[in-house]
Amino acid sequence: MASAVLTAPATREDALIQELGYDDHFHEHHHGDKYQSNFIFHYIFSQDHKMIAKQFLITGMMWALIGAMMSLVFRMQLGFPEESIAWMKPFLGKWIAINSEGVGSLTQDFYYALVTMHGTILVFFVLTAGLSGTFSNLLIPLMIGARDMASPLLNMLSYWFFFISGSVMFASLFLSTGPFAGGWVAYPPLSALPQAMDGSGAGMTLWTVSLVLFVVSVLLGGINYITTVLNLRTKGMSMWRLPLPIWAFFITAIIGLLSFPVLTSAFFLMILDRSVGTSFYLSDIYIGGQALDHVGGSPILYQHLFWFLGHPEVYIIILPAMGIVSEVLSVHSRKPIFGYKAMVFSILAIAFLSFIVWAHHMFMSGVNPFISNFFVIFTLIIAVPSAVKVFNWIATLYGGNIRFNPASLFGIGFVSMFISGGLTGIWLGNSTLDIQLHDTYFVVAHFHIVMGVAAFFGMFAGVYHWFPKLYGRFMNETLGKLHFWGTLIGAYAVFWPMHYLGMAGVPRRYYSFDAFQAFGHFDNLNKFITIAAIITFGFQILFVINFFYSIWRGRKLTERNPYNANTLEWTTPVEVGHGNWPGKLPTVQRWAYDYGKDGREFISQVEPVGENESVAH
Amino acid sequence: MDVSIEKRMQAETRRNKIHPKKLALWVAIVSLIMMFTALTSAYIVRRAAGNWLEFSIPSIFYVNTLVIVASSLTLHAAYRAFKREAEGAYKALLGMTFLLGTAFVILQYFGWLQMEADGVPLRINPSGDFVYAISSLHAVHVLGGLAALGVALAMAFARKLRRTPARQLRLELTLTYWHFVDVLWIYLIVFLSLQR
Repeated sequence: MASAVLTAPATREDALIQELGYDDHFHEHHHGDKYQSNFIFHYIFSQDHKMIAKQFLITGMMWALIGAMMSLVFRMQLGFPEESIAWMKPFLGKWIAINSEGVGSLTQDFYYALVTMHGTILVFFVLTAGLSGTFSNLLIPLMIGARDMASPLLNMLSYWFFFISGSVMFASLFLSTGPFAGGWVAYPPLSALPQAMDGSGAGMTLWTVSLVLFVVSVLLGGINYITTVLNLRTKGMSMWRLPLPIWAFFITAIIGLLSFPVLTSAFFLMILDRSVGTSFYLSDIYIGGQALDHVGGSPILYQHLFWFLGHPEVYIIILPAMGIVSEVLSVHSRKPIFGYKAMVFSILAIAFLSFIVWAHHMFMSGVNPFISNFFVIFTLIIAVPSAVKVFNWIATLYGGNIRFNPASLFGIGFVSMFISGGLTGIWLGNSTLDIQLHDTYFVVAHFHIVMGVAAFFGMFAGVYHWFPKLYGRFMNETLGKLHFWGTLIGAYAVFWPMHYLGMAGVPRRYYSFDAFQAFGHFDNLNKFITIAAIITFGFQILFVINFFYSIWRGRKLTERNPYNANTLEWTTPVEVGHGNWPGKLPTVQRWAYDYGKDGREFISQVEPVGENESVAH
Repeated sequence: MDVSIEKRMQAETRRNKIHPKKLALWVAIVSLIMMFTALTSAYIVRRAAGNWLEFSIPSIFYVNTLVIVASSLTLHAAYRAFKREAEGAYKALLGMTFLLGTAFVILQYFGWLQMEADGVPLRINPSGDFVYAISSLHAVHVLGGLAALGVALAMAFARKLRRTPARQLRLELTLTYWHFVDVLWIYLIVFLSLQR
């Protein structure tokens, strides 16, 4: 292995690493062999963080497609309730009911199952595992100058727990009684009583099993991310020199570690209610005129426990996207990120506040209005660190020499989405406005824009930006730009009109509005939303094609640092092997954002501070 | 001998103060604490809502607290024996810890039987169900600790005792976790006795 060290340095950064780097004698041991010895351990049970990142990404993409197709099916019902969808019968079987005139329609049970599964899949499998799992795994070791995660074994297990969790959920789609259909939040009594509805039986059991496995996956991953960031940073990489994505992943992991166990506790009591017959969440319920012997429970208790996870969960989704966007915008506008420390402190502030606002999901659940005031105030305070971040992104872009490529476009799109969705959050944070807006399409519009679409934009920015690091090739830029404009316009076309539905009081989750004359004039708007959703989905197919085509046929990466970026991942060879750096580990001499400093376009983190350099970080 | 081992342990952790696996365990413990905090918070919230059956905690639970504290002490003594490479004492103390841990789980079961005999069976009121739920979830974590102790015990008898960094690390991880389930139980029993 010594030969790798002896070869002539390929780049200036490489020379600096050879000269100043830190020799950990990594390649003198042979523990690397087990990672690459054969197909199964290289591609399937891999313990290499880069391969695990790819596994998370591709699994997440598959789930995103499944979840998105589900939304198209129920959007058909909402936009075109009269239209026959008998042609879906071959795929959906008995969930399409065909009446005597041959008109096929979606069964009501399956409509609810689709809505539930769409939420569960997108929130947990795509935007938690797919986003955080992919980029934390890929970037943490590469950006902090580590050989791998603290525990590659736990890292591998984290992926496989996610995979098994997904498999269980997937299996539940094929139950004869259907998957769970009581909403992704799984409120009791629909979730706690197996006889409540079809999906509450076996469907709910598999849902719970799947999510408990998912929590295990998140915790194993999170323990690893935290330990790696705290313990395996290379020499010189102080916390204040960490690139912003690493700060975001680190704080995200901490939030996950503190909030997901609470969800486990909530599920633990729920499982006892379902299978042992206790009454933690159930009280005074009649089914078919018969009183159940569950007495003394409180469904609100579940809501408290659920949202103690549920609210931090939205930051678990959005913080990694924020971190990615900060990096992408800085690199592609060729300017240092504006207000680095303010960015870090706002992440910390958001993380702290995320734990004390959970009851704003429950203003209409009958909680004491005086307690609501407390949660209103803290909810509105979240606007402050969020606004700091938005200001800093815009200030970073301002006056920059911006390269408009798909990565930076999605970064800019993220900022746009985050503003649009964030502003409606200020509306919804007020408990009085909630009287009108709670459980309406206004809420659907808000959270889809601010954490659904925005997080996807962050993910797309990251995929386009780091694709060369993942696969050694570039994605097609023209298709990428087409994908961006289609998604930006499409997503606004889908979700913007929903605000008007919501302000008029149209409730979410309803199967049909036939019985409500007041909502009749929204028929055309609903048709418009459905058509926009189908077209937007088409643009995502374009992305998937571009992604897989580029893995094998994309333009090849020929240089180490294609973007002239400062961070450490671009000092690794084009084909990154196990251990990331062939010889010594780089030592870090400066922060990650020296762009356009002292007349130099960029200065890599491995370059020592010069004698005449202006203020160094 | 002592000095060189400490040096080698430090070499394992490179220039960092704490070994990554130890840090990982501490982080995992934090998340387990959150799990039990959630349950005890739910207990407080539910209790404040009324319709709450009052009963006193079975005396076996208090006796059992002494059992698990004793097991923590014997394990710590075993750890010191390991560091001295006193093989006989190490095996004996490790075995004692395992027996005390097993006794704890069995006695918890008798505690539940006593609760039932006292007129607080499962399903009668959330106040009793919470005690069953919290103590059984804790017992599951003790079982996890027993599994780790079992491995340590099997290895102690299978191999000659030698103090190597890898073995010391494994024992220290087991020790930390076992102290954690011990302290966790002390918290739970104090909480359950005070929140009556």
